Amino acid sequence: MTSTSTTLPRPAGFSLDLRLQQPLLIVLAAAAPLVALAFGASWVRVLDFALLYVLLAIGLNLVVGFAGLLDLGYIAFYAVGAYTWAFLASPHFGIHLPFWIVLPLGAAFAALAGIMLGFPTLRLRGDYLAIVTLGFGEIIRIFMNNLNQPINITNGPQGIDMIDPLTIAGIDLSRNLDLFGMQVPSLVLYYYAFLGAVVLALVLVRRLQISRIGRAWAAIREDELAAKAIGIDTRMMKLLAFALGATFGGVSGGLFAAFQGFVSPESFSLMESIVVLTMIVLGGMGNLAGVVFGAIVLTALPELLRHFAVPLQVALFGKTLLDPEVLRMLLLSLAMILMMLWRPAGLLPARTRYAHREGRKA
Amino acid sequence: MITLLESRTVNKRFGGLQALTDVSLKIHRGEVYGLIGPNGAGKTTFFNVLTGAYPIDGGEFVMNGAELPAGKPHRIVAHGIARTFQNIRLFRDLTALENVMAGHHIRTSAGVWGILAQSRAAREEERLVTERALEILDYVGIGRHADTVARNLSYGDQRRLEIARALATEPQLLALDEPAAGMNATETAGLRALIETIRADGVTVLLIEHDVKLIMGLCDRVAVLDFGKKIAEGTPAEVQRDPGVIRAYLGDHRAH
Amino acid sequence: METLLQQTLNGLVAGSIYALVALGYTMVYGILGLINFAHGEIVMVGALVALQTILFLSSAVPGLPPLVLLLAGVVVAVPACMALGYLIERIGYRRLRNAPRLAPLITAIGVSFLLQTLAMIIWGREFHVFPQLIDTAPMQPVAGVVVSPMQIFTIVVAFTLMGGLMLLVNKSRLGRAMRATAENHRVAGLMGINANGVIAATFIIGSGLAALAGVLFASNYAIAHYSMGFTPGLKAFTAAVLGGIGNLPGAMVGGLVLGLVESFGAGYIEHLSFGFLNSSYQDIFAFMILGAVLIFRPSGLLGERVADRA
Repeated sequence: MTSTSTTLPRPAGFSLDLRLQQPLLIVLAAAAPLVALAFGASWVRVLDFALLYVLLAIGLNLVVGFAGLLDLGYIAFYAVGAYTWAFLASPHFGIHLPFWIVLPLGAAFAALAGIMLGFPTLRLRGDYLAIVTLGFGEIIRIFMNNLNQPINITNGPQGIDMIDPLTIAGIDLSRNLDLFGMQVPSLVLYYYAFLGAVVLALVLVRRLQISRIGRAWAAIREDELAAKAIGIDTRMMKLLAFALGATFGGVSGGLFAAFQGFVSPESFSLMESIVVLTMIVLGGMGNLAGVVFGAIVLTALPELLRHFAVPLQVALFGKTLLDPEVLRMLLLSLAMILMMLWRPAGLLPARTRYAHREGRKA
Repeated sequence: MITLLESRTVNKRFGGLQALTDVSLKIHRGEVYGLIGPNGAGKTTFFNVLTGAYPIDGGEFVMNGAELPAGKPHRIVAHGIARTFQNIRLFRDLTALENVMAGHHIRTSAGVWGILAQSRAAREEERLVTERALEILDYVGIGRHADTVARNLSYGDQRRLEIARALATEPQLLALDEPAAGMNATETAGLRALIETIRADGVTVLLIEHDVKLIMGLCDRVAVLDFGKKIAEGTPAEVQRDPGVIRAYLGDHRAH
Repeated sequence: METLLQQTLNGLVAGSIYALVALGYTMVYGILGLINFAHGEIVMVGALVALQTILFLSSAVPGLPPLVLLLAGVVVAVPACMALGYLIERIGYRRLRNAPRLAPLITAIGVSFLLQTLAMIIWGREFHVFPQLIDTAPMQPVAGVVVSPMQIFTIVVAFTLMGGLMLLVNKSRLGRAMRATAENHRVAGLMGINANGVIAATFIIGSGLAALAGVLFASNYAIAHYSMGFTPGLKAFTAAVLGGIGNLPGAMVGGLVLGLVESFGAGYIEHLSFGFLNSSYQDIFAFMILGAVLIFRPSGLLGERVADRA
């Protein structure tokens, strides 16, 4: 048993028995909104957003973490999904399609955008890709901002409001649900809907990861020349990663629009792309548990700063030196730099597995 | 004897430098074919053009009677040519098993939908690939390291893993670029045994090597490159006596 | 005809500033193969440090001539940015020189946002008026073209600097070392060149040019604020790619061409798109050029291939 001891050591804090870990997580995830409710509805809202960000981060991780392609315009796919929903389910054009049409459409448009962006650029070196995607994100935002004239398509900087909420099986998630005399708040309903989406996403991505496609992505990320030398069509595989990652962005965008009831270009700034990137950097690129962890921590961060950092500064210095927004940017940028310098594998380092290994033949 | 691979007047230039000039040779099915020559003679360039890593500037490669798609590495692998690298290029953060399984990519077919839905075919294929990859690891002699991350393997085992990964693509021609470089005598002997087994199992081997003893003991035929030109071809014994080869190796234009 | 000349002039002014910034991108890329995302932020720091210096001096020593004030701003801003550039390389990038290629890129993005945030903390979120120490009011029109002393000053300074840099790189010992290091770090090291020193020098020179570009930019458009460096930075990068990344004359040509395209584009976009697009789309030109260049001529106008060979 000496030869297999070379995998990464697990940090002591995470040595919880695997059989216990899963039920524990399920209970935690299911109970979270109820616990949060006790501290106020705004915390449930934070959880809802956290799940949307988890979804985004899972998608971006597929591109950056699995395939090793740095996409800095990822939020553009989120925007495509959100605007698709806003166009097709709001009074803006007077169209009100149900979610099971709008959501897949948004995902498809986002995937299409991903392919269109990826097709010409994926043969370039990785760092060019970063800057081209960044430019793409900005172009999408500029168009959203300005396509209110001569024909009003996006309603410009004002954005589109009164967007239809998510309605599943006749249940309008934007209203409190009366369940056997118990009032379930809308925010909690959205929480479970988003949780469902996240769990589904995790299952699907995990399947991709442990498959010939996931291994091909890992091969490209590790050594593109060697990947080609074993017969991997690297361009196709990168395109696939791009399109699938964009699909996740599109779905989360649609859910975001429905949840928020309002979209405007402001929500899709470069900063948002950077935030999602930091989430996966923080938790550990490529590793799904890390990505989920990073997304939750960084969504909660602004709230925590608002609740704790401001009073702390007032107590220490008698005034607020750094407002929460500045503090958040400061922490995000520092996190990106320090993680790369000292913990490139993320806070939850775990070796990503690309093969099932239950029954080693005797 | 059946010709497996033929190179026809292959040329390669880098700017003003003519790296390969009209290199023509035939590799027979089932043999171990050596490619030797002084440093900078164009051996690795020949490999890189053959496997599509570099575009070709003239001539062609014909495999089993069909012209190879020049400059398209992944399609050349599909034709049955696999290679290793002079400076080992493994997927360093993947385990040995995962490296070999990645090598199966081109011989498997599960698509996105099958994988997402975990169709029966996709699961069955995944199971087979795992099993086959473990077999290959055993075959090259590093089965016990299946779950070791590639970068933690010893140097010799990394060489073996790279061969295992190449074998996973089910090649008819296995092109090895200085596989014995950096190995000690024991490791080289083991490597030699492995190459002989591979040949015995019906895979043709193209070998670039500096270790003259290995070449002489292992190769059925040898071609000698010098300044990008083929200057001799024949059995190791014939080539050893060739005055042109002796001049190339002992000539005063290069210390070797 | 007059608008044509006018737009050419405006394009040259913007373009020569882009070119100065593009040089920094291209030099670093040529040597390290790294897109230094934080380079645009150096432009911003240069402008704000100069502004701070000018404001301080003009209140401490009233009555100083404007040219002296501007010079003082430059004299403080350039070394400050050079030091900043050096620190970024030393602390942020040097450790990552052999790391997987995403690591330095992500660090660079982090540094870029860190600098913006720090600037926001020091100088606030508001737009500052940058004093017009050289007249930006137009002079007597020549052949119908309106030109200000500041515009002439910008073009003269930028071209002088570019000429100086070319001399430095082509004629000096340091320049030879830089070119050798760009070819191959290890071999350069074997030849007795201190690769770390050369890389640091590259960052320092590039940052100095960026600081000057920042002062010129702020002087021309009379504003300075914490996020002013980002868009010009991106555009300058585009200029570097357009000219052929790693290629110094390419960066200059690329900068000028980009400035001209933007200037003409903004003037004619409404006409060209049948009124559908207007000048608020000016910023997309750079990205469209970037995309087009990378697709059709990834080597840029004067450069070598950038597509992955392997």
